[in-house]
Amino acid sequence: MATAATLPTTSAVPRQISRKARRAAWTRRILIGLAFLLTALFLLVPVAVIFQQAFARGVPTFWANITHPETLHAIWLTVLVALIVVPINAFFGLCAAWAIAKFQFRGKKLLIALIELPFSISPIVAGVAYLMVYGSRGIFGPWLEEHGLQVMFALPGIVLVTLFVTCPFIARQVLVLMQSQGVDEEEASLSLGAGGFKTFLYVTLPNLKWALIYGVILCNARAMGEYGAVSVVSGQIRGQTNTLPLQVDLLYHDYNAAGAFAAASVLAVLALITLAVKTIVEIRSRTE
Amino acid sequence: MKFRRAPRVIPGLPLAMGVTLLYLGLIVLLPVSGLLFRTFGLEWSEFVAVVTHPRAVASYKVTLESAAYAVAFNAVFGLLLAWVLVRYDFPGRRLLDAVMDLPFALPTAVAGVALTAAFASNGWLGQYLEPLGIKVAYTQLGIIVAMAFTSVPFVVRSLQPVIADLEPELEEAAETLGASPFQTFTKVIFPLIFPAFLTGVSLAFARSLGEFGAIIFIAGNMPFLTEITALVIFIRLEEYDYAAATAIATVVLASAFVMLLITNSIQLWHYRYARKN
Repeated sequence: MATAATLPTTSAVPRQISRKARRAAWTRRILIGLAFLLTALFLLVPVAVIFQQAFARGVPTFWANITHPETLHAIWLTVLVALIVVPINAFFGLCAAWAIAKFQFRGKKLLIALIELPFSISPIVAGVAYLMVYGSRGIFGPWLEEHGLQVMFALPGIVLVTLFVTCPFIARQVLVLMQSQGVDEEEASLSLGAGGFKTFLYVTLPNLKWALIYGVILCNARAMGEYGAVSVVSGQIRGQTNTLPLQVDLLYHDYNAAGAFAAASVLAVLALITLAVKTIVEIRSRTE
Repeated sequence: MKFRRAPRVIPGLPLAMGVTLLYLGLIVLLPVSGLLFRTFGLEWSEFVAVVTHPRAVASYKVTLESAAYAVAFNAVFGLLLAWVLVRYDFPGRRLLDAVMDLPFALPTAVAGVALTAAFASNGWLGQYLEPLGIKVAYTQLGIIVAMAFTSVPFVVRSLQPVIADLEPELEEAAETLGASPFQTFTKVIFPLIFPAFLTGVSLAFARSLGEFGAIIFIAGNMPFLTEITALVIFIRLEEYDYAAATAIATVVLASAFVMLLITNSIQLWHYRYARKN
């Protein structure tokens, strides 16, 4: 009896600790479980639904939908827009980052704010803004019409709004890294007699590799996926000015769900590839 | 003693700065000023009439209210995910972390059709929610879901770095002094991460106000009930009512500037707050 009575008091402290540890372990399990459950329901189920709907009527139907001339043209147009937009924004991003990171001048903050402005502007507003400049009733509209130049409801308009919405992506990634690297390496290279362009190509660019790749992936994903701004300026002419996101919309409203989801699945695959490459780049840049 | 400024060693400023200013002028400033220029061309009474049209006003209400609910959801969901991803190590952590960027990588129109299919009455999620009396697709709840989906990453990504920077000593001290885990979180941890939390939340709110693609598929788009402001602009354009589209777009642009100002002030405060501690 005596031993039984003394037992609890001697083990009181360890038991309290183990109770605390057990509670922490349970908290951990519940939080991780909740995180997985909510992410699966909220983020992954919608993506899974795209593929389920795309293949609901079998692989041959899926293939027929993907290879439909209008959808193929939309894929081609989307790739073309990205091929034009991404290099231009990469060039702009490198120039802007070089000017801002390597030199001191007034108004630097304002310039950065201006570069990031498109992130804050609703895509629809961006589309309307371009319409007010290049549309038939826009500022340059009459002049463009006189000279027979079609900007809105044609490829140039789609390219312009896509440039607008994706302009900050590469510049921002490259700028942050360039600012942290300073100018020491470039000055060393220049004092050793290398020219400005050579220094940029062999010293600056290799240092920026991962930030540049990262920015290009994000810029490309947005360029291929932009919907709101493009829908305002494209005119949505079937088989002519429909990009892939617009084609998804068009097929969906034609009650062609299988076709819409087949087209959407192409963009979903692009998104998954983007995520994979992004993760790899993050791991590689951290280990290097 | 003052040194005379050394001559510039690094070349390329004229070229780099020239390209940057030209590009920003043509691509960013020109259309934004074009929009404002057109709006200033309107009669003041016309502007007011268009902007305060009952259908437009109803759309502001729907948009703001839905964004508030979406952000409230993301405040909880984002905090949970950021906490779990930083604090715990478990199999699949890196995958979960990568999935957080899915809403940024997935085109908004694709997210829109996918959410609509998932939450429709016969969809994977809708079929379980409908018997409970919860209708998501083609209601305001759908707008909230779409806004929440597209703005999740802002909260998660804003919180992750500050949670990683928290010093474990603070929590240990709180625990030693007898605080319960709940007290430690509300009294010690949350005040420290609050500025970053606010930044993420305001970014998510701003994004929700401007979102279009993901919403219009799931919203049902009933005037006065489930019509967002971005769609009202789009409809005015389709009716060739450019004046109305321009005026309402300017209102949205102005609200974006206000949100930008708020976010920047929060970030500035956040920065000072971090330095003080």
